[in-house]
Amino acid sequence: MLSAGPTPQISTEVWNFSVTTETGEVRRWNWAELNALSVERTTVDLHCVTKWSKLATTWEGVSLDTLLDGVETSAEYAVASSYGGYTTNLPLEDLLDGKAWIAVRYDGEPLTPEHGGPARLLVPHLYLWKSAKWVRGIRLLNDDEPGFWESVGYHNYGDPWREQRYWGD
Amino acid sequence: MTEDHIDGNAAGGALSDVFAVDLTAATGQCSSCAQSLALAEALLYTQAPGLIARCPGCEEVVFRLVRGPGRAWLDMRGMTCVQFELADS
Repeated sequence: MLSAGPTPQISTEVWNFSVTTETGEVRRWNWAELNALSVERTTVDLHCVTKWSKLATTWEGVSLDTLLDGVETSAEYAVASSYGGYTTNLPLEDLLDGKAWIAVRYDGEPLTPEHGGPARLLVPHLYLWKSAKWVRGIRLLNDDEPGFWESVGYHNYGDPWREQRYWGD
Repeated sequence: MTEDHIDGNAAGGALSDVFAVDLTAATGQCSSCAQSLALAEALLYTQAPGLIARCPGCEEVVFRLVRGPGRAWLDMRGMTCVQFELADS
C-alpha cells in the first residue's frame, strides 16, 4: 500500500471537499452532500509508476465534471491536496470530460483509510500517484505548481503510455 | 496512526549513492518544529515512489529521495543546518 506518511484517519463526519478557483471562490461539499450527487460506476485499469498495473478495477464516485459544473474559471492547471499534506498537480483538462472522479467506493465497498478513504481522486489515465488518496480539495490555478512527487524528480504529467516516470522522460 | 514506517538508518544505502559521508549519523533541525534530530531518528516511509523521512516530533517531511535509472533527486528543505561528523586530516 503506497503511502508518503502516516495514514490519515478521517471520519465521514468531519470529511469535506472543496474546489477553490484562481479568484478565491470556494465550493465545498460535506460527505452527505457529495453522496447526494450523481455517483457513477466506472471500470478502469490502474498503472503505478513502480511498474505494476491492475486491470478492470471497479470504482464508484462523483465525476469532476459534476463538481466543476458551473464553476467560472479560466485556469489551465489544478493541484489536488490531501489530508496529511500530500499534493499532486495536473492540467485542468485532465480532470474533465469523464476522465476523473472523487471515488468513494472500490469493488463495491467503502474505501478504507489504507486505500485513501473516505475519498480519493481517481485519474486512471495518468500514473497512480496523480490519484491522490485522502483528497480534501482541488485548487484551480493560472500557473502550474508541481506537487509532492513532481517537485522531486517525478514527471510533471505522468502518462503511463509514454512511460513518463521521471523528469525528462 | 499506523506503524507503517521504519527508522532512518534504513536510508543509509540509498543516501550513500549521493553522499561520500554517512548521512544517517548527521544531525540537523526540523524546519517545521525546530526539533534537533539525527537522520537515523527520522520516521522513514519506504512504501512509496521514493523515500520519505519525517520528523519524529511533528511528522513533517525532513527529506525526500527519489532514485531513478542513473539519477537521483534529493530534497532536504525540511531540515536545516545539517551537521556532519568528519575526521580531521
